[in-house]
Amino acid sequence: MATVELKNLRKTYLTEEIIKGISLSIQEREFVVFVGPSGCGKSTLLRMIAGLEDITSGDLLIDGQRINDVEPGKRGLAMVFQSYALYPHMNVYRNMEFGLKLAGMPEAERRAKIEHVARTLQLEPYLHHKPGQLSGGQRQRVAIGRAIVRSPKVFLFDEPLSNLDAALRGQMRVELSALHRKLDATTIYVTHDQVEAMTMADKIVVLQKGVVEQIGSPLELYHHPRNLFVARFIGSPPMNFFPAIFQGGDSAGSSVQLRDGSTLYVPVTSPGLLPGTKVTVGIRPEHVELTSSGPNSGVVEVIERLGAITLVHVRMPEGEIIVVQTDGAVLTEVETRVSLTLPPKNCHLFAPDGLAFEACHRHPLAA
Amino acid sequence: MALKTKTSTRIGVTALGWSIALWLFFPIFWMILTSFKSEVQAISTPPKLFFMPTLSSYGEVFERASYWHFALNTVIVSVGATAIAVVLAVPAAYSMAFLPSKRTRGILLWMLSTRMLPPVGVLVPIYLLARNTHLLDTCTGLAVVDMLTNLPIIVWMLYTFFREVPAPILEAGRMDGATRWQEMTMVLLPLALPGIASTALLSLILCWNEAFWSLNLTSSHAAPLTAFIASFSSPEGLFFGKLSAASTLAVAPILVFGWISQKQLVRGLTFGAVK
Ligand SMILES: Nc1ncnc2c1ncn2[C@@H]1O[C@H](COP(=O)(O)OP(=O)(O)O)[C@@H](O)[C@H]1O
Ligand SMILES: [Mg+2]
Repeated sequence: MATVELKNLRKTYLTEEIIKGISLSIQEREFVVFVGPSGCGKSTLLRMIAGLEDITSGDLLIDGQRINDVEPGKRGLAMVFQSYALYPHMNVYRNMEFGLKLAGMPEAERRAKIEHVARTLQLEPYLHHKPGQLSGGQRQRVAIGRAIVRSPKVFLFDEPLSNLDAALRGQMRVELSALHRKLDATTIYVTHDQVEAMTMADKIVVLQKGVVEQIGSPLELYHHPRNLFVARFIGSPPMNFFPAIFQGGDSAGSSVQLRDGSTLYVPVTSPGLLPGTKVTVGIRPEHVELTSSGPNSGVVEVIERLGAITLVHVRMPEGEIIVVQTDGAVLTEVETRVSLTLPPKNCHLFAPDGLAFEACHRHPLAA
Repeated sequence: MALKTKTSTRIGVTALGWSIALWLFFPIFWMILTSFKSEVQAISTPPKLFFMPTLSSYGEVFERASYWHFALNTVIVSVGATAIAVVLAVPAAYSMAFLPSKRTRGILLWMLSTRMLPPVGVLVPIYLLARNTHLLDTCTGLAVVDMLTNLPIIVWMLYTFFREVPAPILEAGRMDGATRWQEMTMVLLPLALPGIASTALLSLILCWNEAFWSLNLTSSHAAPLTAFIASFSSPEGLFFGKLSAASTLAVAPILVFGWISQKQLVRGLTFGAVK
């Protein structure tokens, strides 16, 4: 249980800056997820915290102590790797024992600890198996067990579920969340999967190209994305975007003109923006409403029926596709003409630089 | 149809493999055969394939030179040179495999290129160095030179084997609190053991067969088996029976050793390629 603080962390490989000044505070017992597209620097940042990569500049603090130059094994952290990285020549018991032994823990104490953790993770039958004899899911558990036995101050996970199949991934996600609550430890978890981020995190850090795009709770990112990147990245299927012209605004909202001439009065503020500026409107598929007639009409191009919900892909006259998430029982068919209603309270506006306009009212779940 | 071609290709490849193997083995076979002939039979034309075997050449060889003295020198030099080389090469290969710098690749190539230099090019300086350090005709001197000539290959091979070990496993060790030394001895070495064993095996064979330096740097006290063979080739003209007997005695141990460990050797040498 510990706090972690990153102060303007930077990492340069040769001449290329990979991590471009990241500052972040992690509270005790918090489950923080670093999320972002592949290659954005998530693993590098995690490895800098772990001590496996040197920190080019900035400060890394655990419980207020600067630990930039402390050996990885002495930072009080445990890490679960994407490839599990179990010691192939040691059985499950020895894998979990290795760190304890190096730390000089007495034999009896080690045994008690390992057996306790093995029971928690249902690993007891496999204690004398080598990693090569285990399935992917079991190896994953061993890797987690090896981290837990050391009772670290902070757990680090680097895409631990990405080598599992979909069903197992869903199950492990739930188990990891439950485990986190039970262990009461601070956790930093890296993933490129926004579903994992949304479901597990107390706090999500969205990264892109070594820069923090937004930090917030899952619902904060969902309801109030700070910019186009976050809006596009969080939510599945992703948010729809289309261009509009800014017309003017007041303290209760801003009005924009869509390309078909209709206007939309969105409850967001737009201080200092000149009328006539090109802006981007964003709306999530689950917020667009489908009607049989009216303005904003287009032709249904694809229908994806997922059972509980249906995704309707509508081709607009201007050429772009708007995805609508609707009821599982909707009767709409391909090639028919439908109209879309865009509830203004669910619309987002983005300035030309990609930044979102401030919402007039915060969503109650995203305080 | 496709199956038929496959079968015929397989037969062809097998036949080719056997002919190359026989071609390579023939001189050894002939040498062993000759060692059991009398000197007269050994030089008779046409050569005889069937004859009354005799141990007379072996008897004379043992009478004239102390085989065990030479053999012991060879064992000391080969094992010593290999052991020192592996001990030096492990940390070198570790740092190149896991802490590479911009120059690692260049250094590796440069090291290997020293193997391509003809040894005679450095004969005089090495000879003088050995003489001035009083290492001429000592097992230590020969072992040091053998060790140095094989070191590049050993570093290179270990480097290749270490590269096969996934870095996260070593990093997991470091996260578990292992020092660099513990990481190397408790995690890396057990994982790379098959590779290290076959590297050591190869080095042993190279040292055993090394003739140039042993002939030039030793005379009697530290002379190994290669010198033992050479001693039967010059003074009184060629006596093929005795020469063959001496050669057979010199190569037999390493041949048997290689035969026993060939599985390990092949596994090691194809480690990177097949996985
Ligand atoms: N050892 C390295 N040397 C040079 N560049 C590296 C190294 N490790 C990672 N990178 C670069 O850093 C960037 C971020 O990598 P990484 O942190 O692994 O991304 P992520 O985990 O988000 O997919 C990538 O562009 C990658 O090419
Ligand atoms: Mg990564």
